Amino acid sequence: MGASTSTAPAAPAVRKPGARWVKTLRRLFARRVVLASALVLLLTVAAAVFYPMLSSADPGDMNIAMRLHAPSWTYWAGNDELGRDVMLRIIYGARYSLMIGFFTALGAVVLGTLLGMLAGYFRRLDAPVMRLVDAMMAFPDILLGIALVSILGASLWNVILALVIVYTPRVARVVRASTLVLRELLFVDAAKALGVRTPMILWRHILPNLLSPVLVQVTFIFAYAILAEAGLSFLGVGVPPEIPTWGTMITGSLQYADQAFWTILAPGIAIVLTALSLQLLGDGVRDLFDPKLKQKS
Amino acid sequence: MLYFLLKRLGGAALVLAIVAVLVFLLTRLASGDPVALLLGDQATAADIAAARVQYGLDQPLITQFVLWVGQVLRGNLGQSIFLQMPVLQALAHRAEPTAFLALFSVAIAAGIGVPCGMAAAVWRGSRADQLVSTVAMLGASIPSFWFGLILIQVFAVHLGWFPASGYGDPGAPLGDRVQHLLLPAIVLGVLNSALVIRFTRASVLDILGEDYVRTARAKGLSEGVVLMKHVLRNALVPIVTVLGLTLALMIGGTVVTETVFNLPGVGNLVVRAVLRRDYPVIQGTLLVIAAIYVFINLAIDLLYTVVDPRIRLEGR
Repeated sequence: MGASTSTAPAAPAVRKPGARWVKTLRRLFARRVVLASALVLLLTVAAAVFYPMLSSADPGDMNIAMRLHAPSWTYWAGNDELGRDVMLRIIYGARYSLMIGFFTALGAVVLGTLLGMLAGYFRRLDAPVMRLVDAMMAFPDILLGIALVSILGASLWNVILALVIVYTPRVARVVRASTLVLRELLFVDAAKALGVRTPMILWRHILPNLLSPVLVQVTFIFAYAILAEAGLSFLGVGVPPEIPTWGTMITGSLQYADQAFWTILAPGIAIVLTALSLQLLGDGVRDLFDPKLKQKS
Repeated sequence: MLYFLLKRLGGAALVLAIVAVLVFLLTRLASGDPVALLLGDQATAADIAAARVQYGLDQPLITQFVLWVGQVLRGNLGQSIFLQMPVLQALAHRAEPTAFLALFSVAIAAGIGVPCGMAAAVWRGSRADQLVSTVAMLGASIPSFWFGLILIQVFAVHLGWFPASGYGDPGAPLGDRVQHLLLPAIVLGVLNSALVIRFTRASVLDILGEDYVRTARAKGLSEGVVLMKHVLRNALVPIVTVLGLTLALMIGGTVVTETVFNLPGVGNLVVRAVLRRDYPVIQGTLLVIAAIYVFINLAIDLLYTVVDPRIRLEGR
């Protein structure tokens, strides 16, 4: 990213344990796009967490007089078919949409890292695990998602479970590729020569080095999960409609889109902004740890 | 070459076999007895037991699987519970809109992705590069169904340029169908161009660093000739690869888009099957789509080896 990667003034030479992290974060946020993305995400999370604590406004409040009312100064995103405040519902919906994204990313990364490390480190496990991963990735994401939800039954946790199953193979593939490289490095040989047990090698020597590719996957899967949840809701196999996610908001107001486009526009913008910020942040993290770019800066 | 070919074919066959096991298990794990569903509420316990024997559901799971695979290999994907026709026939009826939509979308994705990706690589690190990268990421952040709904609102409802849904009459001329497919193809093509952009950019960047590009420049060829003759031509193989991958991904993308635009394709079929728990249709569609994906990947691999002999050698 050219000139914008020029690092901020060097941190003081004192070797405090936190100093490396501060330096890393400074380099990450030196790119304005990445900083902006982080701020958008911070704001979204803060609104979702703190607004309901500070305000007594109820997102379920119906005001029939305000039915399908266009955006105004009081109601920034207008009102929906039941006269509910769309903006307020987006803030409350963020709790569920972010929760789905977070737990999907967490589950897929934990399972995928485990599978990927096993496949990458133990030659004998490589072929069976990876053929299973290939087979699972032969199903289009959304198709596997709807099939799984229809089998598990539509509920909040089943949607998360289905999405974890959909995205785990993706993480496994990335982690396996990195593990294959790490396995051959000198410090692993050294640890082996010193008689370190295999689980310890995986835990102390391989896993920490997988941090950056895994972190990138977290942000991307977080974004994909929010998008997929909305898609599943639209197809009628998502979270039950009474749970206000951004996806169920769009789906619920679909038939009023002709009269009141803001009812579907506003939650969609919330999805796009969040997903974009997550992916830009992930991209920033990837560049940060990319050795090719490091040499140049 | 033969060794390589056999190795790839064997790998694809193995993946297909695992796909078959997964599809089989997936629908067998489903809650609710498919027989009870098939016979309806009126069926007695004895009826259900008789039907279970008739469908072989009283056999052990392994036997059931072997029987099912035998049927599939003979081209029998089973009978739809709701459509009163074989699954294969239902799929064949719905194949045309999906195939056209997927191809049309790939064409749009290529039309956007290849030039943008090349430009981003050539002017690497510039404002244009950053803009293209960010816009590509934006494309990957927009829910396709929502983008479709917005386009319908703007171009179909307000401007009236395109029909909002459907595929025209069965006998309608091709032009009419293209008009019905244009909006959905734009949705899929634009949103999936991100992948093409990223891939084109990366492969063009690789080639720009090659010695023969430096040689071409050194002997005084104009930048345009270098780009078209030396860079683009060598980047074509990875670009064709990513277009193939995009085509495979599109088939999944059509599931949502066909529902938004109410196109009578395979995606629409499977979504309805899911809502009605028509398991034979779900099973058949999953199997066929996954098989298409595996075949496209295999074809890409083989194409690669034909075009680029270096890969053949590495495969040994």
